[in-house]
Amino acid sequence: MSKNTDSETGPVQDATEAFELALKEAGQGRYVLRLYVAGMTPNSQRAIENVQKICEGHMQGRYELEIIDIYQQPIFAKEGQIVAAPTLVKELPPPLRKFIGDMSKTEKILAGLDLRKKD
Amino acid sequence: MAKSDKKTKPIVDELLKTPTGINGLDEITSGGLPQGRPTLVCGGTGCGKTLLAMEFLVRGATQFGEPGVFLSFEEKSEELSKNFASLGFDLDDLVAQNKLSIDYVHLEPSEIEETGEYDLEGLIIRISHAIDTLGAKRVALDTIEALFSGLSNESILRSELRRLFRFLKDKGVTAIITGEQGERTFTRFGLEEYVADCVIFLNHTVSQQIATRRLRIVKYRGSAHGTNEYPFLIDRQGFSVMPISSIGLDHPASTERIPTGIPRLDTMLGGKGYYRGSSVLVTGTAGTGKSSMAAHFVDAACKRGERSLYFAFEESQNQIIRNMHSIGIDLGRWVEKGLLQFQNARPSLYGLEMHLVVMHKAIDAFKPGVVVVDPISNLVAAATEAEVKSMLSRLIDYLKMKQITAFCTDLTSTSGSLERTEVGMSSLMDTWLLLQAMEGSGERNRGLYLLKSRGMAHSNQVREFILSNEGAQLKDVYVGPGGVLTGSARLAQEARDKAESLGVKLEIERKQREIERKKAAIEAQITVLRSQFEDEKDELERLIAKEKQRGETLDSETRTLAKARQADELPTQQDSTGKPRKGDRK
Repeated sequence: MSKNTDSETGPVQDATEAFELALKEAGQGRYVLRLYVAGMTPNSQRAIENVQKICEGHMQGRYELEIIDIYQQPIFAKEGQIVAAPTLVKELPPPLRKFIGDMSKTEKILAGLDLRKKD
Repeated sequence: MAKSDKKTKPIVDELLKTPTGINGLDEITSGGLPQGRPTLVCGGTGCGKTLLAMEFLVRGATQFGEPGVFLSFEEKSEELSKNFASLGFDLDDLVAQNKLSIDYVHLEPSEIEETGEYDLEGLIIRISHAIDTLGAKRVALDTIEALFSGLSNESILRSELRRLFRFLKDKGVTAIITGEQGERTFTRFGLEEYVADCVIFLNHTVSQQIATRRLRIVKYRGSAHGTNEYPFLIDRQGFSVMPISSIGLDHPASTERIPTGIPRLDTMLGGKGYYRGSSVLVTGTAGTGKSSMAAHFVDAACKRGERSLYFAFEESQNQIIRNMHSIGIDLGRWVEKGLLQFQNARPSLYGLEMHLVVMHKAIDAFKPGVVVVDPISNLVAAATEAEVKSMLSRLIDYLKMKQITAFCTDLTSTSGSLERTEVGMSSLMDTWLLLQAMEGSGERNRGLYLLKSRGMAHSNQVREFILSNEGAQLKDVYVGPGGVLTGSARLAQEARDKAESLGVKLEIERKQREIERKKAAIEAQITVLRSQFEDEKDELERLIAKEKQRGETLDSETRTLAKARQADELPTQQDSTGKPRKGDRK
């Protein structure tokens, strides 16, 4: 698993905590993202590249991206309700969104992350 | 593929099967589901797919030591636990024991954006992880079609599903995949395309407001299986399928006879009663005493120590017990002793097939020697006559196979012919009794006819059936020039007959006395005549003697005279005439 973060905030489990965090971070426009991939398939690699590109391009300095290989840590697949791979989960800010695929449709992702208006 | 070797080998010997542990399903599939392969269970909403899948896992975990993985796409694991607690399955406990794993796969289309190429590796990894963690042998996916509503790229989905099923086969797990029934296909999204080994179809139909569940094995590659629609039941013990139509006509026939509980009825039936394992039908109009006959039969069976099962479709248990007290039968004590069990249900409670399944279950659990169905005619309320007949014939076949004596009552309507059962099933019955109301002189009496009794000599005479404090009794009816008389008419006729016969007896005595008198008179006359005769005889003899004497005197005088005249010796005339010399001396 590779980790690319600019914050030390760990995974959020508790709902109340999540809500408080969300309140705190919403104003700051912070993003907590997780990318679940299943091994280093071409799809996975493309997805990682694409997500990193989007993050750096649109929310530099205010995002946290965790990349999880569910082959190595299958328990996260259950916890994160992952069905398809690759899946990018936007944990914060709410609402929760899931993007599946190799993340090649940048526009769709930007819209889903509410980032398009800032373009 | 390495798997293909594994697959072909069992086919050569015989297809390996995984027993489901579900009542009856293993019999229909002759052993269970194909081992190491997925089975598709499809059907409409609420037909029991989830239950079948879950019970397969629970029974596997508890009865066969095979842990299972349940992947739910519709219900959360807490909801599942709650739902199955009502069926007596403690899912939480099984999860805690690591015998079961429930994974709720949540797919919310509004949360999901598709951004290019993807696969279902996430799902496969979850299943794989769960299987490996528990060492699971069984997997249920309920219902995987939810993927189609959650994800839009059907071509990816289809190829990924194919991969998923291949993965399950490679894992060697026996899987149940459920699928919602489509309009023209077994499943809405054509899952049968991927799961080709075994397809089970569940059906839930409502006819005349009564629902019946049925199960059918559509396909079972490499195995013989029952092809009919089998009714099944979901109750507190879970799923039960009844493979009842498979029973043939090869049940044993006992020569043992069991009493009817009414001594004179035994006499009518060749003196011994019904055959064990035979079927007895009592037909009659309302209030002719059918249930009372059933109570007698049950009472007699319990007295012998046999268990009896009473299916009552009209009255409650307490009502039957109370009513039978009035004819001196205490059924309550047999219930307390556990020899008698009542199964009371309204016919319209559920479908006919369900009744049959319930009856089967009760019979299997209680193991009775005698079964009463009171009345069969009420079942018509739940279905058509043809269905009732088919159901009853299966019930009776089943009872015969188990050597259980069946006693069925049938309420006939007064308007129709009496020798016609409401459900046209007399041909199924071995012994047929008809209770008939006989009206006359302002009262209704009951007549009992023995219409048929296979395999035994039986009476052709009608009897009067009387319900008294001491129970049912059979009396000979009065059959005479005035017709058949029953009740008080019979009593009156009997009294008249008695009076008449008394009169005749007196008359005979009188005549006999007259004979005696006549004889005495004649004998007196005879005595008189004899004494007269004696008198006359005496008189005549006296005259004869007198005449003789006179003759002798004359003779001697002549001789004396001749002697005196010195004449020749004359021969003695008296000697030649033969007259006794006695007279001479007189």
